[in-house]
Amino acid sequence: MAWMAWTVPTAIFFCVIALALLTFTVLAIRYPETPRLGVLRIETTRGDRLFITLLGSAFINLAWLGTMSDPQWWALILCLVYATAVFRWV
Amino acid sequence: MEKTVNQKAWFLVLPVLVLVAFSAVIPLMTVVNYSVQDTFGNNEFYWAGLEWFSEMLDSERMWNALSRQLVFSAIILAIEVPLGIFVALNMPKKGFWASLCLVLMALPLLVPWNVVGTIWQIFGRVDIGLLGYTLDKIGIPYNYTQDFFAAWATVIIMDVWHWTSLVALLAYAGLQSIPDAYYQAAKIDQASRLAVFRFIELPKMQGVLMIAILLRFMDSFMIYTEPFVVTGGGPGNSTTFLSIDLVKMALGQFDLGPAAAFSIMYFLVILLISWVFYTVMTNLEKREGA
Repeated sequence: MAWMAWTVPTAIFFCVIALALLTFTVLAIRYPETPRLGVLRIETTRGDRLFITLLGSAFINLAWLGTMSDPQWWALILCLVYATAVFRWV
Repeated sequence: MEKTVNQKAWFLVLPVLVLVAFSAVIPLMTVVNYSVQDTFGNNEFYWAGLEWFSEMLDSERMWNALSRQLVFSAIILAIEVPLGIFVALNMPKKGFWASLCLVLMALPLLVPWNVVGTIWQIFGRVDIGLLGYTLDKIGIPYNYTQDFFAAWATVIIMDVWHWTSLVALLAYAGLQSIPDAYYQAAKIDQASRLAVFRFIELPKMQGVLMIAILLRFMDSFMIYTEPFVVTGGGPGNSTTFLSIDLVKMALGQFDLGPAAAFSIMYFLVILLISWVFYTVMTNLEKREGA
């Protein structure tokens, strides 16, 4: 594994993503997903909303890094707000 | 009688999962690990945090390559998709000529990328290439090694030559699957040729066109070999697309950290645009079906 050059932060990052995927798989088995139409006028399931959240969060973090001088933690908080909005309205 | 639920079939996809993990997931994770560290070789790494991402976001070089790439993909999609549909509409529907057309259309797809690059590199040369020589003789200034416009034109025409047949073949398959009854109904209604295309052929081709657009977008966005062989990214940096720039950075300069950060952003852009394409197309399809 040394060739993969692991670090603690990146390991935590992948663990969180893996955990999210696992949680949503279990949720999908226990409570089957039903697609719904949200503000984007596209049909989304719970899994789709997770994907939109993760992809959007990546761009929020990059935009924050490129434009703001404040610590990156703020971007993470913004991502949480974004995630809540996506799961509520998209 | 209640249907038995058996999810064991999921185990059958395990080999694919292992294969994808080895060929895509693990390398991608390694790239993420590289993107937050610095290395001077010997497999020794030093924590750099988000420094490379900041550097890349501020880098004019990256933004220029990205805009060149977007312009290139937009141009080739704007040419190849309508041209492919036009070719498919005009191909014979059955018989000997249909088979011949199919074989001829499939030929460019079988040529390896570096060979396509070499063909066009020689074809465009003013001293020995048929295209370059002819243009030069009729007095049109053309030199893809020195002129920005000629270099772009060559790379775009080369891509159109190589890949329009993919769009045409997919559109042709879509057209072949339309039952005759639709055309008969259109005839009864005295629909014009344009109306037949707009209300029968185009909606019926939507599925395959979605695949064609997605494939062509992703391929053109990742284009490397052909422009590298023909222009080497020049003149200057005018045809240095994202992957050419990335390879220069990662292998030429061995700047693994910045190159890794660059690749992640590159990957995210592809993922976003492909997702938007896919979502828009599938939702259009659902709405048409409803």
